[in-house]
Amino acid sequence: MTEQAVAEAARADEQDGCDHADGTPVSDEALVADELLVEEVSIDGMCGVY
Amino acid sequence: MGCAVSTSAGGCGPSGPGVPPGNTVSPRADAAGGFGGSSPRTDTAGGSAADPAFDLDRPWCIDERVAVRPEPFGALLYHFGTRRLSFLKNTTVLQVVRSLAEHRTARSACLAAGVGAAALPAYERALATLAASQMIKERPPR
Amino acid sequence: MRLVEQFERGLAAPICLTWELTYACNLACVHCLSSSGRRDPRELTTAECREVIDTLERMQVFYVNIGGGEPTVRPDFWELVDYATAHHVGVKFSTNGVKIDPGVARRLAASDYVDVQISLDGATAEVNDAVRGTGSYATAIRAMRNLAAAGFRGFKLSAVVTRHNVSQLDELTALADAHGAQLRLTRLRPSGRGADTWPELHPTAAQQRQLYDWLSAHGEQVLTGDSFFHLAPYGEPLPGLNLCGAGRVVCLIDPVGDVYACPFAIHENFLAGSVRQPGGFQAVWRDSGLFAELRRPQSGGACGSCQFFDSCRGGCMAAKFFTGLPLDGPDPECAVGHGAAALQAADRAAAPRPAPDHSHRGPVRGQAGPVPVSIGPRPAAPPARACDENPLAGFAGRGEPAVAFR
Repeated sequence: MTEQAVAEAARADEQDGCDHADGTPVSDEALVADELLVEEVSIDGMCGVY
Repeated sequence: MGCAVSTSAGGCGPSGPGVPPGNTVSPRADAAGGFGGSSPRTDTAGGSAADPAFDLDRPWCIDERVAVRPEPFGALLYHFGTRRLSFLKNTTVLQVVRSLAEHRTARSACLAAGVGAAALPAYERALATLAASQMIKERPPR
Repeated sequence: MRLVEQFERGLAAPICLTWELTYACNLACVHCLSSSGRRDPRELTTAECREVIDTLERMQVFYVNIGGGEPTVRPDFWELVDYATAHHVGVKFSTNGVKIDPGVARRLAASDYVDVQISLDGATAEVNDAVRGTGSYATAIRAMRNLAAAGFRGFKLSAVVTRHNVSQLDELTALADAHGAQLRLTRLRPSGRGADTWPELHPTAAQQRQLYDWLSAHGEQVLTGDSFFHLAPYGEPLPGLNLCGAGRVVCLIDPVGDVYACPFAIHENFLAGSVRQPGGFQAVWRDSGLFAELRRPQSGGACGSCQFFDSCRGGCMAAKFFTGLPLDGPDPECAVGHGAAALQAADRAAAPRPAPDHSHRGPVRGQAGPVPVSIGPRPAAPPARACDENPLAGFAGRGEPAVAFR
């Protein structure tokens, strides 16, 4: 993606939050209560590299 | 060069990883087990191994060895010393992390990013995770 | 959306990628996934390599795994490593150790953003050299000693798990520990020359189970490059994303600038484009039709209804492809056993051939040379002289290989 596209997607994200499967918007607050906002892994933990 | 896609927020040392040898912050010197290695070796490096409660009311900043890359879903953080990747899963937490250096406290960074009272605990947990993996650190006093 | 699902749809840039710098190699390992040996005359120039690094910097690719062939035989290798680290791209390079003398080791130990991975496929010369050639064990050990003596802690000792070394995992760990290194174990794929040797070299089903148990017991002390997610049905998934990264979070740039979905899938079906095309690597990553296809949500096909699909994800695309299995079916080493049945039914002679082939033409270090498993008739080319340096010596016609390797 171009930088501009990434930035636009980011702005759209902030405004709209994520949607339910049926398309109705979910508020950011409802989302974050349920899930971890940060996940971690080692850079060795992905397949397809030497 | 795409400066709009920035590396670490300013204010905490050299402006990004990958600087030529001579950089005073040597990941090999810091991290137990040296450059690379998985979590048991790096968790014991420089600071507490346990996961302490995160203090929202202290000043924080991104570690200078960390690269920040925005993504549609939020962001990727990569620590060149520990070789750990952190995924920020929304753009608000990215905003919080990027603005840490500009705020007196992590709490004010959260508030400025629009984090409400109900959501704050989740952001505190997120910041605690990042602190435990050395992605962010307390700002040294001026 | 779960993180893994997010990744399966692809990212703005790879998280890391493999970059094979040259097809030239001083060895002739029987399972070489890139069929390396002879330099390709079309390999990227130093200037083109710098352009690739500039692109990786712009895209914020965090780090690149440099391999080959043997990357250190390129005269500009050190210049390119320095250029990468000076441009915010971390480097780990994979080597058989041939050039890691004490001076080089000291230089590496002093560099903050360069990691080294020594390839070794056995804890003893007997086991290792059968695969990698006479003297290759000694070369690797010498390199490890030099790195350890120079104070380079935490470099990687990387072994591909085979039928013959799966009983040596503890000894490999000890070998790594003795040199201050970290052991890395990865999966043998039937890629490159591995296509011919995989049937005899890949672990048996019973050995796979032992391997899984050993990996579970050794947790995060041993790196795996996430290459064993196909073993997840045996129990808890092993550490890692448990996800095929091809075209999604990783890809391969080959010595002539071709971009493939992953280093284990060097074949025109997985060719996404070239860094030499307009827009370079960034355009390939962003716009390739192949990558768009890989980033579409995958249903899993025949595996989708299996209770273990969520963790094994149908296994490795390259492993299926080069054993002649359908991509929407089980992995040839499916832990539940579906792969074995599929292999029985598959027409092995019709399996796709890895391409291109840069193997040495004759014996190297006790290795007999490429096993001439031909699908069709080979052209009657005059035998090349053993001392001929031209990598195309012996090929007919316009300087292109007469056999359709590509």
